[in-house]
Amino acid sequence: MSTDLIEPARPAYRQPSWLRRHSPPYWLSLVGGGWMLLFFLIPLASGLIVSLETGNPVSGYTLTWNWHIYSQLFVHSDIPYMTFFIRSLYYGIATTILSILIAYPMAYFIAFRVSVRWKSPLILLVLLSFFVSFVIRTDMWSFVLAQQGFVITTLHKLHLVSSNFHILGTSNAVIGGDIYNNLPFMVLPIYVALERIDRRILEAARDLYSNGRQVFVRVVLPLSRAGIFAGVLLVFITTVGDPVNSSLLGGVGTYTIGQAIQDSYLTNQQFNVAAALSTVLMVILGIIMFAYATIFGTENLENLV
Amino acid sequence: MTTNSRPRRQRRSPWLAIFFWVVMGITFVPIIVMMLYSFNNAPTSRITFAWNGFTTYWYRNLTQVNGLTHAFLISLEVAILSSLISVIVGTPVALALGRFRFWGKGPINAIVFADIAAPAIVVGAASLSFFLSINLNTGLITILIAHVAFNIAYVVVVVRARLSGMDSAIEDAARDLGANAWTTFTKVTLPLIWPGLLAAFLLAFAMSVDDYVITSFIAGSTVTFPLFVYGAAKVGLPPQVLCFGTLIFLVGLIVALANGALNRHQLARATTEDSLAAPAQPQPVSSS
Repeated sequence: MSTDLIEPARPAYRQPSWLRRHSPPYWLSLVGGGWMLLFFLIPLASGLIVSLETGNPVSGYTLTWNWHIYSQLFVHSDIPYMTFFIRSLYYGIATTILSILIAYPMAYFIAFRVSVRWKSPLILLVLLSFFVSFVIRTDMWSFVLAQQGFVITTLHKLHLVSSNFHILGTSNAVIGGDIYNNLPFMVLPIYVALERIDRRILEAARDLYSNGRQVFVRVVLPLSRAGIFAGVLLVFITTVGDPVNSSLLGGVGTYTIGQAIQDSYLTNQQFNVAAALSTVLMVILGIIMFAYATIFGTENLENLV
Repeated sequence: MTTNSRPRRQRRSPWLAIFFWVVMGITFVPIIVMMLYSFNNAPTSRITFAWNGFTTYWYRNLTQVNGLTHAFLISLEVAILSSLISVIVGTPVALALGRFRFWGKGPINAIVFADIAAPAIVVGAASLSFFLSINLNTGLITILIAHVAFNIAYVVVVVRARLSGMDSAIEDAARDLGANAWTTFTKVTLPLIWPGLLAAFLLAFAMSVDDYVITSFIAGSTVTFPLFVYGAAKVGLPPQVLCFGTLIFLVGLIVALANGALNRHQLARATTEDSLAAPAQPQPVSSS
C-alpha cells in the first residue's frame, strides 16, 4: 500500500513540475491522515449529533436537535450525573497529584543516581506492569485487597484494624488503582525531561554557591516542567474517563462518569444520553487541559508526545 | 518523598533508592500474585484465596475454558492486523511530517496529538455513535478500524522520532548520486528506520492487544481477551486466565529484552561507524 504513496520514479534529468515537487507530503499523509480524520475526528463530532437525537432503544433514534438533553441531564435528572462528573474529576486530580509526588523521586533516582548502564533496566522495571494485561492486573489488586485476601487477613491477625475494616469499594481503592495503572505514564516523561538537563548547568549552579535545595527548586524543577506537563496530561485524562478501576476496585459509592457512559450506551442503550455525557466530558477535559496549558504554559505541545 | 525537596544535601542519601524500590515492590505485587495463583491447585474452576498446593493442571488444560482461547486468538488477530496496517499507513505520514514542510503539517500534528491524548471512553463512545450513524454493524471489522485509528498516532510518533534522529543529509546524498525517491526510500531511509518500524509495530501491538475501554463499545458480539477477562472478573476469574496472563507477560518481556538488545547492538555499531567519520555526541556526565 505504501508503494503507491511514494513519489513515482522519474528520469533524473527532467525538472519536476511544481505539483510533483509539492505534492509528496500530501500523498504520503493521504491514507493515514484520512483514516484518522474519518475514524477519529469525525466520530468525535458525530457524538455531538447523536446526543441531539431523541427516541428510545426499541423504535430507534432520530435527529431532533434536542439541545434540552444537556439541561435535562444536569438539572432535572433522577440520576446524579453531576455527582459522577465531580467524583471522576476528584479521582483524576487526586491521582495526578499523588502520581507526581511518587513518580518524581523515582524518575530523579533513575536520572541522577544510577550509572548509565542501569538506566534502561530500571526503566524496563518501571514498565514491567504494562506487560500484564490491564484488566488482569487491576483485578489482581481486587483479589489481593479483598476481605479474604492476604492484606486484610494479615492486618486482622496483627490486630491492626477492626473486623469491619475494608479497602475494596472505597474511593481510596479506586485512586490507588488509578495511580498504580498510570504511574509509568508519569515516571517516563519526567525521566526524559530530567535526562535532557545539561549536567553542566547543575555544576554552574553549585559553583555559584547554591545549596542542594536551591539547585533542585531553582534549576532542576523548572527544567523538568515539560515532563511533568506531559505526565499530567496523560494521567489526568486517562483517569477521569476510566471505568475499569472504579468498577473492579470500587463499589456503589465510587460510580464514575466513565461507568455512566458505558452503562447508558451498552446496558441501557440510551444512545443520546451516553453521547451527551461523553461530549460534556470531552469539553470539560478540553477546557481544563487548555487552562492548565495556558497557566503553566510549555512550548510546543506536539513535541511532548 | 521528603527526599524530593532536598535531594542534594546528602549526596548519597539512601532514601531515594529505598523509596524507589519500595514503590517498585508494590507494583510487582499483582504480577507475582498472578504468576503464583496460576499454579494454585484450586478446588473449583475459579481462583480461590486459599493456597491449595502447586499444580500445572491449569497450564495443561489451558484451552478448557469456554470462549477464552477463542477470545485470545481474536485479540491476537486484531493486534497483528491493526499494528501491521497502522505501520503501513502511519509510516508515510511520519515521513511527510519528518521530511517535508507543507501546509497542513500543523493540523496533522494536532490530530496525532489529539488521537493520543483523547480519553478512551470518549473515543469509544464516539466511535460507536459514528458506526451507528453510518449503519455499520459492530464486530471484528469495527474493532479493527478503531484500533488502527488509535494506533496510527503511536506509529507516527515513534517513526518520526526515529527519523529525526537520522541525518537527512544521507538521503540528500543518495538523491545527488542519482537515486530517485523510491530508491532513496528503499535503499537508504528504510534500512535506517526499520528498528523504529519494529518498535512502532510492537507498541501498536501492545496497545491493541490490551485495549478494553474502546473495544468494549464497538465489539458488538465479538469477544476479545480483555473483554472476556473483564466479564469473568465480575464472577471470579478461571485460573486459566492467569496462565494466559503469565504467558503474555513472559513473551512480552522476552520481546522487549530482545528489542532492547537489538537497539543496543545497532547503537554500538552506529557509534563505531560514526566515530570514524565524525566526533561522537558528547555523553551526559553522570553527576553522582
